[in-house]
Amino acid sequence: MATYHLSVNNKPVTVNADADTPLLWVLRDHLNLVGTKFGCGIAACGACTVHIDGAAVRSCSFPVSAVDVAKVTTIEGLSATGTHPVQAAWSEMDVAQCGYCQSGQIMAAAALLKRTPNPTDADIDAQMTNICRCGTHTRIRRAIHLAAKKGVKK
Amino acid sequence: MEAVSRRSFLKVTSIAAGSSLVLGFNFLNDALAGGHIADAVFAPNAYITINSAGLVTLMSPNPEIGQGIKTALPMILAEELDVKWDSVYVEMAPLDPKYGSQTAGGSGAIRGRFAPIRHAGATARQMLISAAAQQWGVKEDECYAEDGHVIHKPSGKKLGYGELAAKAATLPVPTDVKLKDPKDFTIIGTRVHNIDNQKIITGKPLYGMDTRRDGMLFAMVSRPPAFGKTLKSFDDTETRKVAGVKNVVQAHGVVAVLATSTWAAKKGRDVLKVVWDDSSPLESTADHEAAFATMVETKTEKAAREDGDVDKAIASGGKVIEAIYSVPNLSHSPMEPMNFFADVKDGKAELYGPTQVPSSMRNDVAKALGIPPENVSIGMPRQGGGFGRKLRTDNGVEAALISAAAKAPVQMMWTREDDIQGDYYRPASMSKYRAVISADNQLVAWHVNAAVLTGGLATMRAGFPAAAIPNFRIDNHNVKSNIPTGPWRGPTANASAFGDESFLDELAIEMKKDPVALRLELLEKAKTQPVGQAGYDVDKLKSVIDLVTKMSNWGNNKTKGVYQGFAAYYSFNTYVAQVAEVTLVNGMPRVSKVYCAVNCGRVVNLSGAENQVEGAIVDGLSHALFSKITFDKGAVVQKNFNSYKFLHMQDAPLDVIVKFVPTEDAPTGLGEPGLPPIAPAVANAIFAATGKRYRKLPFELGATPPKATPTKQRV
Repeated sequence: MATYHLSVNNKPVTVNADADTPLLWVLRDHLNLVGTKFGCGIAACGACTVHIDGAAVRSCSFPVSAVDVAKVTTIEGLSATGTHPVQAAWSEMDVAQCGYCQSGQIMAAAALLKRTPNPTDADIDAQMTNICRCGTHTRIRRAIHLAAKKGVKK
Repeated sequence: MEAVSRRSFLKVTSIAAGSSLVLGFNFLNDALAGGHIADAVFAPNAYITINSAGLVTLMSPNPEIGQGIKTALPMILAEELDVKWDSVYVEMAPLDPKYGSQTAGGSGAIRGRFAPIRHAGATARQMLISAAAQQWGVKEDECYAEDGHVIHKPSGKKLGYGELAAKAATLPVPTDVKLKDPKDFTIIGTRVHNIDNQKIITGKPLYGMDTRRDGMLFAMVSRPPAFGKTLKSFDDTETRKVAGVKNVVQAHGVVAVLATSTWAAKKGRDVLKVVWDDSSPLESTADHEAAFATMVETKTEKAAREDGDVDKAIASGGKVIEAIYSVPNLSHSPMEPMNFFADVKDGKAELYGPTQVPSSMRNDVAKALGIPPENVSIGMPRQGGGFGRKLRTDNGVEAALISAAAKAPVQMMWTREDDIQGDYYRPASMSKYRAVISADNQLVAWHVNAAVLTGGLATMRAGFPAAAIPNFRIDNHNVKSNIPTGPWRGPTANASAFGDESFLDELAIEMKKDPVALRLELLEKAKTQPVGQAGYDVDKLKSVIDLVTKMSNWGNNKTKGVYQGFAAYYSFNTYVAQVAEVTLVNGMPRVSKVYCAVNCGRVVNLSGAENQVEGAIVDGLSHALFSKITFDKGAVVQKNFNSYKFLHMQDAPLDVIVKFVPTEDAPTGLGEPGLPPIAPAVANAIFAATGKRYRKLPFELGATPPKATPTKQRV
């Protein structure tokens, strides 16, 4: 067990956890930030996607000890009230069915749009690798294009 | 759960008024924290409460697994109650007999509840009108309701529902109420957004997995590594050394490790030393397939359906076409792995978690604990998918037994490996099709000889083309197995549609007829000279075929490099026809577009309905391309999403276009019927593109497997 001082959603937090504890479980069980979801535990589905220094990371396979001084952003910290262009686009396109994977999808899409502000369908094909079991892919694609129109700051 | 105070409510409504132009959104559900409304004064039935400030709370009774029922049922209430959608607060009802059957399954909730829910809404409206008429001393028929107010037409006097609530509460509940004329609907048939959208996109706790209670422990369970094995003994010495592990208990034939965090529970479970006994045969998929292959060559003693004489027709000298179709076992794998919260103490049990059958869950938990059902409460969170997995109650029963054994509140969690290896699988099946084409190019015989793993069915005895062919036979065989099987989205239809609709395509090509034209020809026969009973409505099936052929420009597709495939299927009371378009990318087929026509009666929520059908198509395509579960000596070969695969964006259609046949018929369900036709529509399109006939699911086209996913991507 070790003590970690982390920056999560622009707030300093301190957690006591084993070094190998995935960031996902630190967020969910230690910090009660349950918006980040558990789907597979092997970085295959992306339900647990968060940002580390702005880049998309699958937190189920990223140990807390590797976070160091990097800034962690979760779905709860993407915007204060759900107004980030990607969140707004998700709402406008009525993307969600069960909704469980969508926080990870939103975080992945937000990171994609930072890298590629006006993605083509081929960019979306290549870079969106999260699983959605309900099959909302066509709406996710439309929502990403809409968010690009709204504009995501680089 | 906090109650909404009147003050905060008034604050909320004043903001809400400004947002009323944003169609489809429900502001209150975004703004209010959730929970029971403290000062409800008018509650004419279980579904509706109105307080004196005018806040309308609608209870949504059926489990929400992503099918959109938590949005659609309250829409029906709001419609008949005559309130604005963005001024109602929707709450998930707990399990309570006053709500009738609270089940998510068989695409049945809208179909079963449309009429009674309309009645519940109209009852409340009528009582509010009576209250206003009495208050004003005027005739009821001079008054009408609109947007949460009752208006006296001659004088223009107006009272809000909140102002009328106290008086309405004193009136007798009428039994004979007048429903709205559907031409006056303002909510039903419109595009309304998912009621929980705002909570979903901001990551609010919504799911069973998100349950957090004081003193709660996380539990992970060690389960048998193969079907056929049972627990013999275990040694938890190393487990108890793991920091955070608080207890190890045996319950329900499994060993549970309880800890202060999920990770500690998992680490503790991973070092358990468990000895398993072989208690029954350890089966392999190869054995099942060998048994299928033998069975489909032999007729059963009693056919499931027999019109005319298939053997005679085959002997008659026509052209005999044969093909064998097969589908694999599938896991449900909802995105939210199985879990349940349970707190069992003092002869009572509180349960909260994902289930499609809360009533069965209560009975099964009560039975397992040996307490009366009324001592068990079941709360229902939003659920991260269902697909039929949660028609079984094993997750809640297991959590309850663990809580009882550990004497602690428990959040029982399954890993993805637990989930995939501990499922009730869509049973694998194999079907041998035989047909006879007569000398005058007519389809005169059809025979399906199907073999399925225990408990399943892979044929529709009265489905199309039954009743359209004079000699028609179905045989169903079962392979006895200890592999647990169960309903999986669109059960039976998800297997039979693939064989039926692909084989029809094969026959059309053999007969040199357009595949759609052949179906229309057969439908005409089913209508004018039916042979035996047709379990489908010819005109409705024709309605979706006609619509989708128009939408897709079927038969006139001139776009170079685009190949179309057609399929139509009737299941769960809904008719669906699809045209899949395939393009070749570096020689590999990709489904680029899907057109879909649906006849499901009146559409309640257009956005939700489209989303269900779009999703069913992508879901069905995903499984058709990639997914299968196989067994090796009782063990599931696929352990996680790296081997049990789902499609990624790169294999999803670029567009899915869904249209509904306009109709005044009562609504039917949409959770399942969109799925069955897509596998054959795509198989038929791939044949058109490549000349290669896929008769086995999944296609495993040889496309590049989903890319390795880096755990960290740098800008």
